[in-house]
Amino acid sequence: MQRRALISYAAGGLLIGLLPLHLSAAAKLTLATVYGDAEFNTGRVHLQLPALAENGSSVPLTISVDSPMTEADHVSEIRLFADKNPVPQLARYRLFAASGKASISTRVRLSDSQVITAVARMNDNSLWVARGEIVVTLAACIEPLL
Amino acid sequence: MALINTRISVPRQARANTVVEIKTLVSHPMESGYRYDYMGEPIPRNILTRFTCEYLGQRVLEAEFGPGIAANPFMAFNLLATSTGELLFTWTDQHGEVTTETRTLQVVDP
Repeated sequence: MQRRALISYAAGGLLIGLLPLHLSAAAKLTLATVYGDAEFNTGRVHLQLPALAENGSSVPLTISVDSPMTEADHVSEIRLFADKNPVPQLARYRLFAASGKASISTRVRLSDSQVITAVARMNDNSLWVARGEIVVTLAACIEPLL
Repeated sequence: MALINTRISVPRQARANTVVEIKTLVSHPMESGYRYDYMGEPIPRNILTRFTCEYLGQRVLEAEFGPGIAANPFMAFNLLATSTGELLFTWTDQHGEVTTETRTLQVVDP
């Protein structure tokens, strides 16, 4: 019985792993405008961001991608999206084998609590995506003037 | 208007064939164009749109920014140190105004 339960849990885990990436309608639209109907893979991309930001005007985040960064196999592009921002694409980075390591840190503006999407394109044109949820208590768009 | 204040952190020296981290911080309002002043007038957008870093004449990073990048843009990225040479940093704003900075990366043999 124990063994049977274990097998069913393992199968369940496998199923979750195989489920397509869950994206909101807004996220789907944002990605479709940039990438068309391309397929996305999950994994390899790591998006580090705080769970809660008190001020959306400056939110630190780090994107890193598992890649050997050689001429034959490297990350060629990373894009960052925040669907609820007036301009969803926060930034686009182009990387090269000479970049050595695919890791970029920056600070972004967020207009609302939302899910951030990072998409990496490899030199073989495959797309890898990671998402991270963040709660923003004070939105960037209503920041007071000094 | 060229950038007045650019701060760049490059390791003092690096061993050949190691990855080094470069950090840049520039003073710029990155005005999003979505804010209003006290008279209710929209404040025009004023952002940096491009940043590039070249090492030994070769691109190691190109970045395109939108209004979603925070004021005083900070970036940390990496490059593969191969030999002693010049790093060229270029920022371009939405009006095409270019600011450049150079640094030298000292590379020692392991």
